[in-house]
Amino acid sequence: MPSLKDLKNRIASVKATQKITKAMKMVAAAKLRRAQEAAEAARPYAERMNKVLASLSAANAGNANAPKLLAGTGKDQVHLLIVATGERGLAGGFNSSIIRLARDHALKLIAQGKTVKILTVGRKGNDVLRRSFRENIIDYVTFREVKQLGFVQADEVAQKVLTLFNAGEFDVATLFFARFQSVISQVATAQQIIPAKFEAVKSDEAQVFYEYEPSEEEILEDLLPKNVAVQIFRALLENNASFYGAQMSAMDNATRNAGDMINRLTLSYNRQRQAQITKELIEIISGAEAL
Amino acid sequence: MADAFNFELVSPERLLVSEKVTEVVIPAMLGDMTVLVKHAPVMTTLRPGIVSVKLASGQVNKYVVFGGFADILPDSCTLLAESALPENEVTRETLQKRIDAARAEIENAQSDEHKTKLELFLGELTHLHGNVIPA
Repeated sequence: MPSLKDLKNRIASVKATQKITKAMKMVAAAKLRRAQEAAEAARPYAERMNKVLASLSAANAGNANAPKLLAGTGKDQVHLLIVATGERGLAGGFNSSIIRLARDHALKLIAQGKTVKILTVGRKGNDVLRRSFRENIIDYVTFREVKQLGFVQADEVAQKVLTLFNAGEFDVATLFFARFQSVISQVATAQQIIPAKFEAVKSDEAQVFYEYEPSEEEILEDLLPKNVAVQIFRALLENNASFYGAQMSAMDNATRNAGDMINRLTLSYNRQRQAQITKELIEIISGAEAL
Repeated sequence: MADAFNFELVSPERLLVSEKVTEVVIPAMLGDMTVLVKHAPVMTTLRPGIVSVKLASGQVNKYVVFGGFADILPDSCTLLAESALPENEVTRETLQKRIDAARAEIENAQSDEHKTKLELFLGELTHLHGNVIPA
């Protein structure tokens, strides 16, 4: 049985922890709102881009000279996995669910005899994947110093990916991130970005015949690399929102657990104090009776 | 009174404008073009330059865009800019920064084709810097 003083110390320390988790929850909530706004603001651009590219690529479908970013290299031997995770932990299962998905995917590909290369974005994913896939990781990007995630950062990642692709370093690129569904639910997702895949447009919308300036091929060639950057940007923003959502609910749980713990500790503290008082009283009374 | 149509200016980070407008001048790749209502469907890439938007109320707003593309339909016009700002937020310093960045990129460019593209881009930026933006 711990002594009264021990109990008192433990209550104080749990209270301090609770204060921290509570503060972290509030911070996460504020940041979540901002991240959500950013993700929403980016949506129109990505949607339009998708629409335009879908109609362009449909027109180019049978073309043997279609750009490689669209048609692929014709092989699927070397896979690049772009794993986007958070920079920090303390966010429940956020990082581990993305990492688990990426790892399963990588192991499956390796079992099929494919070559796997990994590009990690974010410190957490890099730390964990480095343990099991040391020789597969080819590059690592971190945004630790970045306060507000902008298109510039996504573009930086996209440039790395495109340079690798143009150098023939891989055939298929898949992006791993957590899709933001709600504050309590974030779904780890794998999305293939090279060769590009588009959600099909409704046929009546695709019926417009455009004039192209300069040529159709040139526009397509110009847009496809941009699309890679846009997809990555969207994934990063979703990831960011998911991270704060996960952190918020994790910290909310932690605060509640700390509260329960304090209640339990206080109860046994009071019981023990009462027991001691009773014991002292008995001693005094029995001492008085003996006289 | 000219008919109005929908105009949207979007950058990857946000939606800048979504308005009813009567006239838009955009810096298309092969020269500036003015878009009025019932324009034939055109898709074009953009050079860095100034987009001039005439609202249905007659007010004219100007925006600086840095590359991107335009999707023009008879009843709407959408600009997807890589980066866009209201004209009064662009200063010579920020422009100079972009010019320096473009120069650095030319240094690192591998293929000649890429280099030519970047040089064109740089030319447009310098033109903006020299003539269009007030000091």
